[in-house]
Amino acid sequence: MTLTGLLLQILQVAIALALAPLLVGWVNQCRASLANKRPPSILLPYRTIHKLFVKDAVVAENASPMFRLAPYVVFGAMCCASAIVPSLATDVPFASAADAIALVGLFALARVFIALAAMDIGTSFGSLGARREMFIGFLAEPALLMVLFTASLISGSTSLPTIVDTLAHRELAIYPSLAFAGVAFTMISLAENARIPIDNPATHLELTMIHEAMILEYSARHLALLEWASALKLFNYSCIGIALFVPFGIAEGASGLGMLAAVPALIAKLAVGGAALALIETVSAKLRLFRAPEFLGAAFLLAVLGMLVNLLLGS
Amino acid sequence: MISTTPVGFQLINLFAAILLLLAFAMLAQRRVVSLIDLFVAQGFVLALSTAVVAYTTNQPHLYQSTALTLVLKVALLPWILHRLVRKLDVRWEFEGLINIPTTMLIGIVLVVFSFNLALPISQLASTVTRSTLGIALASIMLSFLMMITRRKAIPQVIGFLSMENGLFFAATSATYGMPMVVELGVALDVLVGMLILGVFFFQIREQFDSLDLAHFENVRDQPPR
Amino acid sequence: MGPNGFGALEGVAAVVATWMAIGVLGLLRPRDLRFVRALFVGGAATALALVAIALVALWQPAQSTTLPLGLPDLPFHLRIDALSALFLAMLGCANAPISLYSSGYFRAGEGTAPGLICFQYHAFLAAMAMVLVADDAYLFMVAWESMALASFFLVTTDHRIPEIRRAGFLYLLIAHVGATAILLCFGVLQGGRGDYTFSGMRSVALAGAWPSAGFFLALFGFGAKAGLLPLHVWLPEAHPAAPSPVSALMSGVMLKTAIYGLLRVTFDLLHLQLWWWGVIALTLGLLTALFGVVFAAVQTDMKRLLAYSSIENIGVIVAAIGLAILFQANAKPLLAGIALTAALYHALNHAFMKSLLFLATGSVLHATRERSLGKLGGLIHKMPWVAACALVGTLAIAGLPPLNGFVSEWLLLQAFLFTPSLPQSFVTMLVPLAAAALVLAVAVAAYVMVKFYGVIFLGRPRESSLANAHDAGRRERAALVVLALGCLFLGLFPVNVIGGIDRVNALLIATTVLPAGHSNWLLLAPIATGRSSYMPLIVFAVIIAVVLITIVAIRRVWHGRLRRANAWDCGYPLQTARMQDTAEGFGQPIRQVFEPFFRMQRHLPSPFDERPRYEVRVSDPFWEGIYVPIARGAERIASVAGLIQHRRIGVYLTVSFLTLIALLFFGR
Repeated sequence: MTLTGLLLQILQVAIALALAPLLVGWVNQCRASLANKRPPSILLPYRTIHKLFVKDAVVAENASPMFRLAPYVVFGAMCCASAIVPSLATDVPFASAADAIALVGLFALARVFIALAAMDIGTSFGSLGARREMFIGFLAEPALLMVLFTASLISGSTSLPTIVDTLAHRELAIYPSLAFAGVAFTMISLAENARIPIDNPATHLELTMIHEAMILEYSARHLALLEWASALKLFNYSCIGIALFVPFGIAEGASGLGMLAAVPALIAKLAVGGAALALIETVSAKLRLFRAPEFLGAAFLLAVLGMLVNLLLGS
Repeated sequence: MISTTPVGFQLINLFAAILLLLAFAMLAQRRVVSLIDLFVAQGFVLALSTAVVAYTTNQPHLYQSTALTLVLKVALLPWILHRLVRKLDVRWEFEGLINIPTTMLIGIVLVVFSFNLALPISQLASTVTRSTLGIALASIMLSFLMMITRRKAIPQVIGFLSMENGLFFAATSATYGMPMVVELGVALDVLVGMLILGVFFFQIREQFDSLDLAHFENVRDQPPR
Repeated sequence: MGPNGFGALEGVAAVVATWMAIGVLGLLRPRDLRFVRALFVGGAATALALVAIALVALWQPAQSTTLPLGLPDLPFHLRIDALSALFLAMLGCANAPISLYSSGYFRAGEGTAPGLICFQYHAFLAAMAMVLVADDAYLFMVAWESMALASFFLVTTDHRIPEIRRAGFLYLLIAHVGATAILLCFGVLQGGRGDYTFSGMRSVALAGAWPSAGFFLALFGFGAKAGLLPLHVWLPEAHPAAPSPVSALMSGVMLKTAIYGLLRVTFDLLHLQLWWWGVIALTLGLLTALFGVVFAAVQTDMKRLLAYSSIENIGVIVAAIGLAILFQANAKPLLAGIALTAALYHALNHAFMKSLLFLATGSVLHATRERSLGKLGGLIHKMPWVAACALVGTLAIAGLPPLNGFVSEWLLLQAFLFTPSLPQSFVTMLVPLAAAALVLAVAVAAYVMVKFYGVIFLGRPRESSLANAHDAGRRERAALVVLALGCLFLGLFPVNVIGGIDRVNALLIATTVLPAGHSNWLLLAPIATGRSSYMPLIVFAVIIAVVLITIVAIRRVWHGRLRRANAWDCGYPLQTARMQDTAEGFGQPIRQVFEPFFRMQRHLPSPFDERPRYEVRVSDPFWEGIYVPIARGAERIASVAGLIQHRRIGVYLTVSFLTLIALLFFGR
């Protein structure tokens, strides 16, 4: 690993950190426009994060050191994930440090830490949020792994750069297995990023909270880190989806110019993806919590079907 | 970068996959009206697939099959079913004999079983789309499973009809269509079956005030008065 | 004596003798607590010596010897090869911290004198070591039964409580059922030659249905000890009944001796493996894993939860072994090697993780005298050391990177994913489904572990008596820290560990996972770097680096001010500790989704109840479905046989007389 490689890696993480709140801002703008409201500024998430950093942190009296450490660990795990996901280039040095399975493991690490932190204060909201989040997680994680398995069965590898390279160079044809996997992946992203129809990111009612219930006790810099981490999570999931299903335009090999040239393509794809996400959220209604297993079970089933169809039809 | 396999065969593979998906969706669906819509979608996909096979293999008589499928399965049968549903006021169905996740699990096992069953058979067939035989067999099995696990009568009938859909798809993919005589005969059988069943449903409803088949199990011979 | 002076086998024999000596010494002064504590520390040091000996023996060729004990024509044969050495190292590594912990744990007045516990404990250890080096069926069975007997006495340490006696009885019963099957298995394996040594069994080439009979008897017999479905019912009873260090030893090491036995019979003593054995073992393992973890999610007793979690992990190990058999039978040695490595790595991991968690629950039990999850909570403030170590154990068992549980799970998933086209086509399609089941089990395990840690250590104390809880003593803390560091080491340096496991692979299936001369100790890439790779140290370093940089950067750019206040809780004024989730509440979603697995009896209050009560009882369907009918059948047969008993001497004499006449008549 050379110095230039390390710098390129840091550049990729920095671009991810910079673009993630922009993506969230764009999705909120689209949602507002679709609901016929005046959209907020696209830079609002940045201002929110800065505002939170400036404030004094207020922490409950019976919070343990784990409560204060958890936001940092979650943020660290998400940054590590953004270093691995091939958003701009496929040949970054850390790409061989973790493959698709380890990526899912990093997301699970973040989820477990935030669930534990939610249980730390001992309020009913915290444990409710933790329980629901682990519930969604235990269904979504296998489904996500199945989607990645389908992609890895097609490309013969679980290493993300290899998957992207193989899928980018495939013939332009219709692949039913990838179509199934794509639909399944969309459903899983909705669940994992706490979007309608699984969770409402703008809710204030405990009956409908999952993610919000877990971060209820956090304030100031801790909350800022958690908000930034969830924006990063949405960014990472979008980049994984783009890498698996629309991988054209990702730089191959690692060079600074190549990565910077890939940024416009990434922004364009994210813009389309964000608008689609806003459309799905506006059109759907939030599911009851115990319908969530059916939703995620359908995603799981689609992914498994994609695998089986690939094994049978060879495409 | 453009694929070497012709677009037609890719489309047939795609339709096969969608057919399998629809069979699973019917297995999980609780609302009867949505079931009928899924059946319509299945018929439509079937018609499209037959048309594509007709185009790529230059067999114009398959266009007649397409037309027949469209008329019968996309227009006529669903219309009869919708009428029945409205008259009998059957809207929802609660849990079947086994709950939905277990049904899905059994469904997946059946799919694997059918795929493996079809592998040696598809070696014998001479068409290019013979790998879709496994999918056709799987959707027949899934429809049968649907018939088994449902409690009300109308979903069972829809399962029977979608079995016939799967059979038709198997025929077009393995042998490029059946002789017209066979096809007309099967279509007529299905139509007559629907009409008779429709009459039966009214009778059942009259007798038992419900189309729940569990009531049948309590039928005993009335002792002579 | 080996060529280099003091051979490994002599070392192991010396360790066994030392342990027995320590045990006997404990009998001399049973109630002297300080003396017994020193003895336990001695036992821990001996365990460390065993680790060193075993690690040396791992890299040497196999050695065998014969002891002048045993039957006249079947003396004790001992043999130490790579498989034995690996499991001996596992025994030593797990046991040293447990013994250290026990020296601080056992107190007087708990039903059995400490010196007696010391004797039973070290006899248990000695028996386990003998099982691992036994080279003939007789010594194996003697050591196996001694192991069962010693652990029975350890389980019933608190024998004044009837539930504990019942749990011990059930444990002994199923252990004997398993031992009978193992004995029958050895009978099959000797192939009619009458030579019960393992080297004799190795040279027999069984034909027909005999290899399958041998394999299934071994699976049944060793599965009874390991806790496979449906012979798992003793585990959730015996582990909570035993004192915590004993539970740790049983879960961490004793279950692995059963895995050792299974591997020994399948890959070493049987000369071939059939593919459908692998499919059955894989299915059984996955069913066990799912069952164990789903039941763990609904438990309200912390030790029962860990016991069911052990069942899940054993299921994963057996599934990996099944996969290895499947690949080996289909002549895919590299994939078989990866699957076998995953199984052994998981066994090693589990020894560390489960011991750590059981010891942590032991400290909690000592500090609070509560086992039920509904009466714990908020212990992270009172017991920070125990909580920190338990956090490492929880994260490890949940299979999260960069700790050790993730490595074995990663390896197993690689083996599943790179399944090539096997000749049995439906198996090729079944393998991705099996991967899905495994992933589901692991995901639910994470859920269960969050419940375990969150309900015990986080939140507010659910009982006021918890304010008196105190942290663990010095020795217990040391033991917990050692185990936590072990988990970290196994997670961050997998390549070195796999280097050792490869010796076992070379022995059993004649392949190694890492190519010869592999020198990059950072990168774990079993097939090729382009196919899949994992560098845990880099992941760990990146996360730590980002955390530190973030902390420093925020303090520099903005500030690090903090103040304390009441919990926000959305502005609700009244918050008590009872408003948190209980253990049942946290497990309710799993109970609802997996309802067909359970037998559930619920009592819901009606609106007119003066004293409304909610009760839910979740029980094991295997118990009602299999064991109760068998027990009733046995009782019926026994009552019929009891008709013979007339208690009149005349009747007995008549029967004896008639038997004598019959024998004389027919033996003419």
